[in-house]
Amino acid sequence: MNWLSMVANRLLWFVPTLVGLLAIVFLLSRVIPVDPAVLAAGENASPEQVQQVRERFGFDKPLPVQFVNYLRDIAQGNLGTSLFTQQPIVDDLASRLPATLELTIFAVLIAGLIGIPLGVFCGLHRNSWIDHLLRVVTVSGLAVASFWLAMQLQFLFSMKLGWLPLSGRIEGFPPETVTGLMLLDALIEGDSEMIGSAFRHIILPTLTLALPAAATVVRFTRNGVIGVINSPSVAYQTAMGLPRRLIVWKYVLRMALTATVTQLGLIFGILLAGAVVVETVFDWPGLGAYAVRSILQSDYNAVMGFTLCTGALFVLINLLVDMLQAAIDPRGAA
Amino acid sequence: MSSLLDIQALSLGFRTEKGIAKVLDRIDLSVEPGEIVGLVGESGCGKSTLARAILGTLPEGQTEINSGHIRLDGVDMLSGGKAAEHLRGRVVTFVPQDPFASFNPLFRIGTQIQDLMRFKAPRDGKGSFGRSRKADEASAIAMLDAVQLPQPKAILDKYPHQLSGGQRQRVMIAMALLPQPRMIIADEPTTALDVTVQAQILGLLRRLAVERGVSVLFTTHDLGAAWEICDRVVVMYAGQTAEIAPREQFFGNPRHPYTRMLLDSLPAPGRDPVGIPGGVPSPLKAPHGCRFNPRCPRATDACHETRPALIAEPNGHAVACHHPWLAEAEAAHV
Amino acid sequence: MDLLKRFARDRAAFVGLSLLGLLVLAALFAPLLAPFPNDVFDFHIGNRLQPPSATAFFGTDRMGSDIFSRMLFGARITLMLAGIAVGSALIIGVPIGLIAGYYQNWVSDALMRIAEIFLAVPQIVLAIAIAQTLGPSIENVILALSLTYWPFWARLVYAETRSMRNEVFVESAVALGASPWRVVVLHILPNIASPIIVRTSIGMGATILTAATLGFLGLGAPPPTPEWGRMIAESREFLPEAWWYALAPGVAIFLTVLGFNLFGDGLRDILDPRTRRSV
Repeated sequence: MNWLSMVANRLLWFVPTLVGLLAIVFLLSRVIPVDPAVLAAGENASPEQVQQVRERFGFDKPLPVQFVNYLRDIAQGNLGTSLFTQQPIVDDLASRLPATLELTIFAVLIAGLIGIPLGVFCGLHRNSWIDHLLRVVTVSGLAVASFWLAMQLQFLFSMKLGWLPLSGRIEGFPPETVTGLMLLDALIEGDSEMIGSAFRHIILPTLTLALPAAATVVRFTRNGVIGVINSPSVAYQTAMGLPRRLIVWKYVLRMALTATVTQLGLIFGILLAGAVVVETVFDWPGLGAYAVRSILQSDYNAVMGFTLCTGALFVLINLLVDMLQAAIDPRGAA
Repeated sequence: MSSLLDIQALSLGFRTEKGIAKVLDRIDLSVEPGEIVGLVGESGCGKSTLARAILGTLPEGQTEINSGHIRLDGVDMLSGGKAAEHLRGRVVTFVPQDPFASFNPLFRIGTQIQDLMRFKAPRDGKGSFGRSRKADEASAIAMLDAVQLPQPKAILDKYPHQLSGGQRQRVMIAMALLPQPRMIIADEPTTALDVTVQAQILGLLRRLAVERGVSVLFTTHDLGAAWEICDRVVVMYAGQTAEIAPREQFFGNPRHPYTRMLLDSLPAPGRDPVGIPGGVPSPLKAPHGCRFNPRCPRATDACHETRPALIAEPNGHAVACHHPWLAEAEAAHV
Repeated sequence: MDLLKRFARDRAAFVGLSLLGLLVLAALFAPLLAPFPNDVFDFHIGNRLQPPSATAFFGTDRMGSDIFSRMLFGARITLMLAGIAVGSALIIGVPIGLIAGYYQNWVSDALMRIAEIFLAVPQIVLAIAIAQTLGPSIENVILALSLTYWPFWARLVYAETRSMRNEVFVESAVALGASPWRVVVLHILPNIASPIIVRTSIGMGATILTAATLGFLGLGAPPPTPEWGRMIAESREFLPEAWWYALAPGVAIFLTVLGFNLFGDGLRDILDPRTRRSV
């Protein structure tokens, strides 16, 4: 009951949040000093041609009308045409989404698989030398600029040592698209050379992307464990002589993980933001690289499409996290 | 007959940023089989620390044990060995102060009871395989019924937050009785409850303990509660034992000035309650000699210099005071 | 006094404060400390891409300018940029949070909804979009960053104000007829200052990272401004030969953000008794 009303409330706000987001980006893109019609028509266009373009794209209408038209198009699944690729933006985004998802999923897996055990360990062995060492590592991981780290990794592992490829997703012909995730598609095709190539390509971008996320997971898990270890419920179980391993691995771990799950939204935020930069440096053909290129080319429709897409993804993820949290915490949505 | 619980000359302190807090100073205390003993004192007098010392939940690495011993059924409870671990949850069980925080909020009551019984339920000499989960559940339900919880089977499926404070404390009492202990340590078991529920819980605790011949060490700052359920009362002041007396002696013929002032602070017909001026001294800067001397109207130089020994009379009344009230003086008082 | 002592004992916070001290010194005395203060604008093509040496500690860049000198001036830009951006974000966010938290009505809801919309996209994405729309310049980066980061303070102040609103001393001040203005400024604001200060220190770190990213993507100040992120971007085409080119600015960004984060963590331990670590 409680859970349902929480989900309903969130769903109710989903659309207004996106419309608000669009309004902000729309305003920004139309209050700019550059005339979008001039840009769209090209540098050598005559004033008449510019006027034609202006009328065709509706740039001559008042802003509110333009916005309503824009909303109507979006509701019909039409995000407009990219000024640069000349493709429908929906197609552009759809073709680039899997690459970003692949990177993000691997980064989340790495952050969780490394971060949670380390966090539990540090929480249990508070103030041990490993705890101190990891504190330094996690604080550093959150302070390093990911574009710089990406470049240093490229320099060391690609340029100097030659162990890993510099950029891209794969060498030679890519596998047939089934899932859109290159590594998975290579596995489906069963070509060991493709699998190896896809794997070598994804290592550096994933590591760069996962570092700040893993640092966040370690910190939250550690603090979660410490908070629970000192709680009255653990004191009670200790007083009742329950075995330490049962208390830690059943009761404390569950509590600490619940605390970490509440931060999943934040972690995905870190990853989506990181993807913009990491994809650019590693020439990874995902949404982030697309957005940066569109921005640099003043391709406003594409930028708005990307912002909408990321915003929707992010709001959706947060909704899922809330639902997950409500499902694993019987006290209900806080 | 030897005492079930025997504490002698126990001194311990906590390391803090500002030096060592001497929380317990040569405490003497014993509990006989089947006896209900009330440990009475203002907040901060060290009664919870004493309970935690028996239960092995003192903060690790911060506690310094200076002298004395705690023996339960002849086993040393301070050294933290396997023997002490074995007794906890079997021979001695615990009813905590805060029945809400002492449950893990993420697990059903049934799960938490089941984990306790898996390790601590009496096995009737048949080994751990001699008892099935079904049998455990049956005895859990019987015990929940004994603590007068309606629909005990439904309670097993509930989460802690779905129960009221009184219900939670009843479950705690049931969990304390399930391992068929010889002694229960109840640390301010009714402080967190409504006044109307307090009396019911105390009555229940006393009745079940007497029926089963279980000893209870009951800490409280509430003299009324002590009157209701105790056979014997121990008064602590600032980490020292002030007075030990059977219930009637304690309320009828208090000898220690602190006990007297404590009783005078209660409302009674025919006179106004009188507060005790001053406050409990910080364990960081405990007064020399008798720790009550700064607040005591009868204090002399001797009280500042030497600590009075606890002197027992044949009738079981013991007092640690250089200038105790005498039995005859009672008439002069009031 | 007690606070200062505890701060000095916290090694991490002390390291953070030292790093920030160094940064401020570098920024203040950049013209005196820099061996070649004119290299911010001058170039000497003959000396381009020289590895680190006794004259150019961190090597020279593609224009032959001394990287060390440019970095010192970069500290000025970083501090000014983040300082003004965070300051503006505070100026926007704190009053909004106070108003929304004090009056619990539809205006509060609307304000917080707007804040949430800003938080619905990763900050870097919004900052990139705004910075590009406005055109590359330092002023626009500052504007983009403050427009992006204000909701963090608004949300924090909102939550803290709401919990303060139910405190007895606030309720009694209201009951005694104090004006909302008076209650907020005299009673609520001083009591929620600690979390704001902590958040501001950590927010400086995040803002500097985002600013550097904007610079890296070419959205920051135009060349030849010695902005650290831009210096790293310039170095890309000279890898792997000019390995030193990106090293110094990258480490400088790292140490600066580290300084603010450690300082903020230390402040939280000291100011917030709830999370204070025991011995």
